[in-house]
Amino acid sequence: MARYASLLDALGDTPLVGLPRLSPAENVRLWAKLEDRNPTGSIKDRPAQKMIEAAEQDGRLRPGCTILEPTSGNTGISLAMAAKLKGYGLVCVMPENTSEERKQLLQAYGARIVYSPAEGGSNEAVRRAKELAKQNADWVMLYQYGNPDNARAHYEGTGPEILRDLPTVTHFVAGLGTTGTLVGVGRYLREQKPEVQIVAAEPRYGELVYGLRNLEEGFVPELYDPDVLTGRYSVGSYDALRRTRQLLESEGIFAGISTGAILHAALAVADKAAAAGKTADVVFVVADAGWKYLSTGAYSGTIDEAAARLDGHLWA
Amino acid sequence: MAVTVSIPTILRTHTGGEKSVEASGSTLAEVIESLENDHGGLKSRLVKEGTLHRFVNVYVNDEDVRFAGGLEAKVTDGDTVTILPAVAGG
Repeated sequence: MARYASLLDALGDTPLVGLPRLSPAENVRLWAKLEDRNPTGSIKDRPAQKMIEAAEQDGRLRPGCTILEPTSGNTGISLAMAAKLKGYGLVCVMPENTSEERKQLLQAYGARIVYSPAEGGSNEAVRRAKELAKQNADWVMLYQYGNPDNARAHYEGTGPEILRDLPTVTHFVAGLGTTGTLVGVGRYLREQKPEVQIVAAEPRYGELVYGLRNLEEGFVPELYDPDVLTGRYSVGSYDALRRTRQLLESEGIFAGISTGAILHAALAVADKAAAAGKTADVVFVVADAGWKYLSTGAYSGTIDEAAARLDGHLWA
Repeated sequence: MAVTVSIPTILRTHTGGEKSVEASGSTLAEVIESLENDHGGLKSRLVKEGTLHRFVNVYVNDEDVRFAGGLEAKVTDGDTVTILPAVAGG
């Protein structure tokens, strides 16, 4: 059944597609969970909708309320669509070094953007949003970094979909940002299949993003639960771009840059399984499609040139 | 056992501004001792009460050491050790 009452109802149940050309061996297979097939084109539609619904149910969100959220883009776009349809205002605190398309999309949906400085990346956006929350007591901050409904969206949605479609899953690989996807899917799969491997791919940005004044300003999302993970890779922009292009060239999937980083980690664990002579079904997340990154030049010129253009940008 | 260690901006006061330095050791703990010998003060920024500082992430060839034995993570000749402060994504 592919008929829905409204766009909000068309969330989830995304395709899981095999990657016959990128899989390293006949018994070590890669599978892409196409989360770009969500209402606004990213995996963030899941937590955004779940966080809003939970806040409506417990009475924090009422008609006419303004939602506040620190976001580098996709969560903001997801919230902006839902807020428009449900009649809420939205203020997004976003680092200034994010792609132009994200800004334009947020504005098209009617969100207000408060920019935070590029230095310090999302850390600064979180800090600024917390300040604004104190100054505007009537605004409702859903706070994706610490809201259990973020992880619950994946525990109740993404995880069960994966197990339903691929009962033989052995590895799950996703991006590490709020940690909601990994913690939510990871907990669900671990309960069903205790031996499952849960692997994080963390973007490694240019130096600007790590420009903290001191180490005590560091940030680990409140949702993070390292016990769920079995491995964590740091992936730089060169490898992320290389894999993004490889995914398009080998399998026809036009994905965003963070997906390239996730594929890089997925291939690393798949290669390890193949080298050990094991059978594996590795599921990885396609977090969004490439449209929002065209202006960054990610898909043209040499990879070195594209990586240089991304330096200092938040590309995940 | 020589390894290359990448130092984040925030800790370069200890390395005279160098982005990348050489160190030796067969575990991360030994690499950190070797760093401390050449660049005094680094160890106390990286290690608190016998474990890695909460807001410090260390990767050996891009794999987070917290999932590979922590300070006892194995390091071999030619590896790249990357030190980064923990920052928000998402």
